[in-house]
Formats: sequence, structure tokens, C-alpha cells
Amino acid sequence: MTETFVPPTGFAVPGRIAVSNRAAALWQTATLTEVRRETPRASTFRFAVPGWAGHLPGQHLMLRLRAEDGYTAQRHYSIASPPGDAGHIELTLDHVEGGEVSGWFHTVAKPGDEVEVRGPLSGFFAWPGDRPALLIGAGSGVVPLMSMIRHHRACGVTVPLRLLVSARGPEELIYARKYGTETTPVFTRRAPEGVPVGRLAASHVAPLLAAEQPPGGWEAYVCGSNAFAEHASRLLVAAGQPVHRIRIERFG
Amino acid sequence: MNVTRGFSGRPRVYNAGLPPGQYDAGDDWPVLSAEVTPDLAPADWSFRIDGLVAEPHTWDWAEAHALPASAYEGDIHCVTSWSKFGVRFGGVSLDAFLDAVRPDGSATHAVAYSHTGYTTNLPLADLTGGRAWIAWEYEGRPLPAEHGGPARLLVPHLYFWKSAKWIAGLRLLDHDEPGFWEQNGYHARGNPWDEQRYSGD
Repeated sequence: MTETFVPPTGFAVPGRIAVSNRAAALWQTATLTEVRRETPRASTFRFAVPGWAGHLPGQHLMLRLRAEDGYTAQRHYSIASPPGDAGHIELTLDHVEGGEVSGWFHTVAKPGDEVEVRGPLSGFFAWPGDRPALLIGAGSGVVPLMSMIRHHRACGVTVPLRLLVSARGPEELIYARKYGTETTPVFTRRAPEGVPVGRLAASHVAPLLAAEQPPGGWEAYVCGSNAFAEHASRLLVAAGQPVHRIRIERFG
Repeated sequence: MNVTRGFSGRPRVYNAGLPPGQYDAGDDWPVLSAEVTPDLAPADWSFRIDGLVAEPHTWDWAEAHALPASAYEGDIHCVTSWSKFGVRFGGVSLDAFLDAVRPDGSATHAVAYSHTGYTTNLPLADLTGGRAWIAWEYEGRPLPAEHGGPARLLVPHLYFWKSAKWIAGLRLLDHDEPGFWEQNGYHARGNPWDEQRYSGD
């Protein structure tokens, strides 16, 4: 006897796009071409990857470093640059306390250095620009969301896009000068004169799911620490966003 | 590949339990799920096995707990490259559930599905022989919701995306059917010792 299972609560299965398994399996050399400081703790690393198959905003890659004794360290990182940046990709990395890979990037790496990458990986968090997107990020969780904003601008995508981005203070807001009217920053510790200080709250989310909700509703993308992702996704559900239209990328 | 200039990595402590490409996460237990953590009370939890079985069955919380207790003590490995050593889960061996439904001889694979709709595929051989559990305790306490509580599948010899959180059931099949991450480019089996991370590995 065979039955078809229908889950009581759907979530977004399957991913939005077909993933190229060949590209995901192949390690490629990426050459660092530029380092840009974003905040005291975060920098953007630009790479030339001539054979890059292209990606969609929201996708990530796996990056590998190798020591002289053959030891390797590999990590997943979200891609910050938009798909249109042919042959190049950008990653924005926090300097993690004691971080083996981020430590190398922030204290050793310079243009000309080579690392290995494989990807792009996973279509689940990807946004092809087809549906209105409500983006919520905190800290370096804004990185894949910035790829979406850049794609939205570069391609003249007309569907609505909104970003709520949380940072401890203005000096820690990654891409601070790159945001436009689509973005509302939320400062949790320190804010410029006249701007309230406080955590992302229902009052930020509720209007976007009421008066400002586009026809057909939002596709929600949440990226940040696990604690932030739990908090933000609960706010979204409480404000009426369907669970199967919330995609979450967490980092521990 | 070439050596990365100026990269020496962490001091190496030899650990035979660390699969290739993994690092020891120490006390950390990162949460990696793509969906909203469900509010699922034990009273609302159930676990079903159907498909190619003689007697499909659904257990509720009390019925599942009436089966013989079985613990796992050992290591877990996530495809994102962290491993965690010496963790202890309590629950029931999946063998106890499978014995009750009597799998058909034609069953070769299973799709595990969660109360959220998440799915992952496994060869049946990876779920039998004392290598898989339904787990509801972690270090002697109820499994936290963000880690799959009230109950999750536990298949510790494979990458941890196979250990479906908020487990709702298994469907036994005579073929392999890619699950959620497997449709998104991840490997069909996910053996950490062979570094089966992505399709094509």
C-alpha cells in the first residue's frame, strides 16, 4: 500500500531553480583582485573566477584554503555580487574571533592570492527576481540580500523589493552607503540623532504585510544568526506571512 | 590544488574521528534549517511508516515511548564542515519501528518527511541494523525545538541533513527519490567519510 504524504504545513519545496550539479562539484581557482573595507569588522573580497558558471542572487559557494602540509579548511559563504558581474564574484566576510578562514582573509590575504571555490550551491534561498521580495537581514546576513538588491537595480526588475536590515550601530552597518529607498535600517545599540534604538519589532514588519503588501504577497528571505532568524521568522508568521513563503539562511 | 599563501590553519590535533574536510565545532551546535521552526508539542507529534510495508502504522508520543529505549553516543557531522564529538541522544532505535510494520522485500529506499514538509531520501540499509534512531533527548534533556524537537530522525553515520528534524514519517519505496536538499544539488547518500557533499562527488 502506498500513500502520498501531504504535510500539514507546507514549506517552500522544491527550490526555486534547477541547480547545475556539474558546477557544484567542480573546484575552481579564484584569484583575489581587490579588498574593500566595509566596517571595522567586515570587508568585501573581490575575485576573478574566469570559469564561473553564474549564479542567482541568494546562492552561496564553498571556499577552500590549503596549508603546506595538505591540511584544508572549507566554509560556505554567501555571494554578495549580482549575477551580471561576469567572471567575478564578491564575498563580504566578518572577521570572526579565532576564525581560521576569516582570520586568513582579514590578516593575510592580498590581491593576487589564489583560493579555491565550488558552486554556486543550493537554489532554495535564490531569488530570480520574479516575485516581490521582502528581505530581512542582520549583520553579515545582509550579504546574500545585497546580491538581490544589486540584481534588482542592474536588471531594472520592477517587482517590489524591501529590505529591513539590523545592525548594532551605523558604523557596523555593512553596505551603509549602498542602500536606497528600498531599505529600512534598524539599530539595536546606537543610532544617529533622531533615529530610534531598538530591536527589529512587529512595528517594522506589520505594515509591510498590511498596507504595503503587494498583490500576491511577498516571498520572504531571512538571513542572519540563528537567534535573529528565529526572531525575524516568528515576527513574519505573527504578521501573517505564510510559513511556506519564508526562506531562511542561518549561520551558527 | 596549490597551497594557499600564508595559510597554516589551526594547530592540528590528530583525531581519527574527524572525516576529511571537517573541523571540530567544540561546544557549538549550529542550527541549520531552511524553514521556520514549528511549534510542535509532543501531544501533536506523530510518526508514521508506510509505503512498501505489510502493516503501515502511526505512533503517537506515548506509543513511541513505550518501545524499548535506545541511546546513541558518538559523533555527528554536518555538510557545512563542522563535526561534533561525543554527543548523546536518547530515543528508540528505528529497527523497533520497522519491525512492527514488516517492510516488504522489494523496499530498497525510504523518504523521510518532517511535520514541516521537509524531505530527505535514504537507502533502507542506512536505516537498519542499529544505525538510525528516532531521538527525543539530547544530553539527557528534551531535544530543543530548533534542533528538531520534540523528535527527529538520527542517522549519525551520514551528513546531518539526512537526520530530518521534526520527523513525521518514513515512506518505503523500491527506488530512490531525491528529497529537499538532494533536489537542490546535494548528494543522494551523504557519507562524510567519502565526502559525498554534492551530487557528482
